[in-house]
Amino acid sequence: MKKKIAMYWGAGCGGCDVSLLGIHEKLLDLLDDIEIVFWPCAFDAKYEDLEKMPDKSIDIAFYNGAIRTAENEEIAKLLRKKAKILVAYGSCAIEGCVIGLANLYDRQDIFNVVYLKNETTKNDEKVLPKEKIDELELPEFLPYLKTLEQVVKVDAFIPGCPPPKPVLEEALEALLQGKTKFGKSVALCDECPRKDTKPDKIEISRFYRWHEKEDDGSCFLAQGIICMGPATLAGCGGECIAANIPCTGCMGPTPKVRNQGAAMLSAIASLLGEIDEEKEEEVLNSIHDMVGTFYKYTAAKLLPKGRVKDES
Amino acid sequence: MNYKNFEPKIIAFLCNWCAYAGADMAGTSRLKYPANVVPIKVMCSGRIDPEFVIDAFEKGADGVFIGGCHPGDCHYVNGNIRTRRRVAMMKKLLEQMGINPRRLRLEWISATEGAKFAKVMEEFVNEIREIGPLRRK
Repeated sequence: MKKKIAMYWGAGCGGCDVSLLGIHEKLLDLLDDIEIVFWPCAFDAKYEDLEKMPDKSIDIAFYNGAIRTAENEEIAKLLRKKAKILVAYGSCAIEGCVIGLANLYDRQDIFNVVYLKNETTKNDEKVLPKEKIDELELPEFLPYLKTLEQVVKVDAFIPGCPPPKPVLEEALEALLQGKTKFGKSVALCDECPRKDTKPDKIEISRFYRWHEKEDDGSCFLAQGIICMGPATLAGCGGECIAANIPCTGCMGPTPKVRNQGAAMLSAIASLLGEIDEEKEEEVLNSIHDMVGTFYKYTAAKLLPKGRVKDES
Repeated sequence: MNYKNFEPKIIAFLCNWCAYAGADMAGTSRLKYPANVVPIKVMCSGRIDPEFVIDAFEKGADGVFIGGCHPGDCHYVNGNIRTRRRVAMMKKLLEQMGINPRRLRLEWISATEGAKFAKVMEEFVNEIREIGPLRRK
């Protein structure tokens, strides 16, 4: 019997939906085994249709995107009810991804920037998103962004932003056999295309941003360019490194680490060479954006209940 | 704001060889310091993963203290130097997260500096009392 599949697009860029097509001709083989019952991005389906389906009638439901509005939250709960296996698909659903950085600000700050203070926005009447206009009800923009796991129980995770081809192929194969555990458990350095150029001991004496240094083709960290590889799960094959871009950590932490950014921050401290305290301060100050560098994809997990209120 | 009745909760990570021995020294010397401090002994201040600090704040600490050996005295050669670097980065990270960086404090305390330990604890608790409780919106 064909497996019933659903795919939902929460708060995200849509790249995850497209990434499913990224497995190319394998998709044709896949279509022999599956039946897609709900995929708003690909075909017309109403939420009512989903509601009418019997509970646990969907074999695998993929949820991509984070939970930013009440609508996202409602569908996450609905899919949980209707699906046997609920899969957090992509970095947004697992750990909040880039849009999770919005949790550094509260809802009013975001509205001010997007609707009121943005120079390219003309909004003389100062209209902000509302939950109710006359009889029309709109989903609430939640006070802060949540990951799927912070709302419902999740059975499996497919990491990546969006999930790279090798990761996705392995995951789909495993899921169709009913397995929810898959993927590697080592760090990206293990399969890095520049692995052989990594010196035995890295000693950094200053940090460079990508554009500040001519890349000599060797290990980025040894060159003083921050690469999240040591703290990031392997599986993607180092696609970015192969394109001469250091890893930013979209695959999330390895299974043994909970806090990816803290792990990397900790590693950076060990990689600085023997320098005196004054120089040390100067070098560390050259990393300007701590959250953006180390928590680019996991800020929503770092700040799970929204911004901390601290008068300072 | 008035935080008169506020009793801060302080987590103090102390290294086995210097700061914890310093705290012991404060005890055997019968020195008084505030009861808000919950000490946790670690083998070296270098063992303190930045994750521990974030977890402490996450789970209700109002301040986190890290005590290690003076530079050059580390039992494991350079664990305390690494901690100094981590704390410098952590402070910037906390500020970006919206947590006052003064809530994290690093001090070097040797095994004989019981008086310094008591004084620093008194100071830190008063400082946190002044900043107020760490709350989430």
